[in-house]
Amino acid sequence: MIIVRNLVKIYGKSIRAVDNISFNVNEGEIFGFLGPNGAGKTTTVKILATLLKPTSGTAEIAGYDILRNPDGVRRSIGIVFQNPALDDQLTGIENLDYHARMYGLGKEERKRRIKEVLELVGLADKANVLVKNYSGGMKRRLEIARGLMHYPKVLFLDEPTLGLDAQTRRAIWSYIKKLNREEGVTVFLTTHYMEEADYLCDRVAIIDKGKILVVDKPEKLKSYIGKDVIYVECLNSNLLAEKVRDMEWVESIKVKDGVITLGVKQGEKRIPDLVDIAQRNDLKIFSISMRKPSLEDVFLYYTGRRIRDEEGTA
Amino acid sequence: MKSSDLQAIYVMWLRQIKRFVRARSRLVANIAQPFFFLAILGFGFSSARFPGIPIKLTYIDFITPGIITMAVIFSSMFAGISVIWDRQFGFLQEVLVAPVSRISIVIGRTLGGSTTAIIQGLIILAISMILGVKISVLGLLPALIFMILTAFMSVSFGILIASRMEDIHGFQLIMNLLLMPLVFLSTAFFPIEGLPNWLKYVVYANPLTYSVDGIRGCLIGASYFPLTLDLIAIAGLCAVMMGLGAYSFSKCEV
Repeated sequence: MIIVRNLVKIYGKSIRAVDNISFNVNEGEIFGFLGPNGAGKTTTVKILATLLKPTSGTAEIAGYDILRNPDGVRRSIGIVFQNPALDDQLTGIENLDYHARMYGLGKEERKRRIKEVLELVGLADKANVLVKNYSGGMKRRLEIARGLMHYPKVLFLDEPTLGLDAQTRRAIWSYIKKLNREEGVTVFLTTHYMEEADYLCDRVAIIDKGKILVVDKPEKLKSYIGKDVIYVECLNSNLLAEKVRDMEWVESIKVKDGVITLGVKQGEKRIPDLVDIAQRNDLKIFSISMRKPSLEDVFLYYTGRRIRDEEGTA
Repeated sequence: MKSSDLQAIYVMWLRQIKRFVRARSRLVANIAQPFFFLAILGFGFSSARFPGIPIKLTYIDFITPGIITMAVIFSSMFAGISVIWDRQFGFLQEVLVAPVSRISIVIGRTLGGSTTAIIQGLIILAISMILGVKISVLGLLPALIFMILTAFMSVSFGILIASRMEDIHGFQLIMNLLLMPLVFLSTAFFPIEGLPNWLKYVVYANPLTYSVDGIRGCLIGASYFPLTLDLIAIAGLCAVMMGLGAYSFSKCEV
């Protein structure tokens, strides 16, 4: 559905915002760009949406080349920008209606489709309210509805939940899943929230400094890390650590502030082993917890930095 | 031109009208300012005599066409501000990513901005009639043509500047700096006869002179230039400005 080949965008003389990226997005999937602010996500979206011209390379969307046939691309895509792009002096219905007119929908079709998309995002009862009276989450939902008005083949969502609270974020996620399922639309989204990419995306591309580092299913990406992380809190942590250190299943071990952090394979099988060792040595364990590596750990693995470190600077 | 292009023109026009009607405070302010000029200057200078004003006309008769032009121009500038506004609030992206030509968007914006500007001009015209200004009824239609050309010209000028700017305050600053002298030197408030020679050339070079003079010729039958000259000048300037405005907008990026 989307084929990107050797895309480069250089701002000014030397800022390589997008540095020779290539990837494909399959029909019907939710594909995510995960990376920190300034990684080149929005620039890529703008190039694919024909708002910016690439310095070199090209892309094809729904069979249309972004350089040779931008009009074909524009008709095939819907887009929700990072910053709200609604006219807040108009009502929800007016925003949708004006959009549909510009995309050439007929009168009856407009009416029917407006009803459909408003119901999809749960805004039917707010249709005639001026957008300036909408909350942040409602605005985002209206934008998603608008992006879907003209039956696009691909929907671009640039940081769809940026600045929204946790509850609203979850609601938006469920709408995105729903529209992907019910409308069969291919979704290309960018985000710097790992949980979002993990929860929503069929495949994720990790992007940093304009380059794609890796593309795969979230589970696959996490399994590259190849281990579970176990935290053990106990009375004499240094002593327990000594006893555990030489076990052949321990891949890494660290003791800090009375907590032992273990990197292991098949963590669920190792928890009983740990308890055994502790009991044999008369050591009291307060708690044991285990977690699966997150995409955050994957990002850390590939870049040596955390995504969160980048936050607050942009 | 595709049907979606016509729809784009209609949408951009309708949007301006709706925003105009909904922003009541702006409407009131836009009407109040020229109204104060008209009433205060008009009655304030009612007993003063200027060389160049025909003896049968009072001062308020003389400045009415100038104030109408001023109302049209000032509100036309809102079309420029709305371009910057749309850029800041992101709506411009939504418009630019639609599968319609840039030119249809410019046309729609120009029509929308001009319509609201002309409505405000007409409101001032009506107020002046209530205040007792002697308006030639036969001149109303020709005056409307001048108002339309003036609105197209100034909206296009606003779009030309706004396409290059990101800062609303900067835009307003430039406009105030530019517009006030242009309005004062357009014969809106005083006739050309009393001016020193060098200032006369500034007045001749000022596009607004031909708007004011044309509307004055139509409404109260006292133009300085022949009406045909006014019409040719303003139509020519209008065409040039619309071309530049459309070109500038078609090149603007988000």
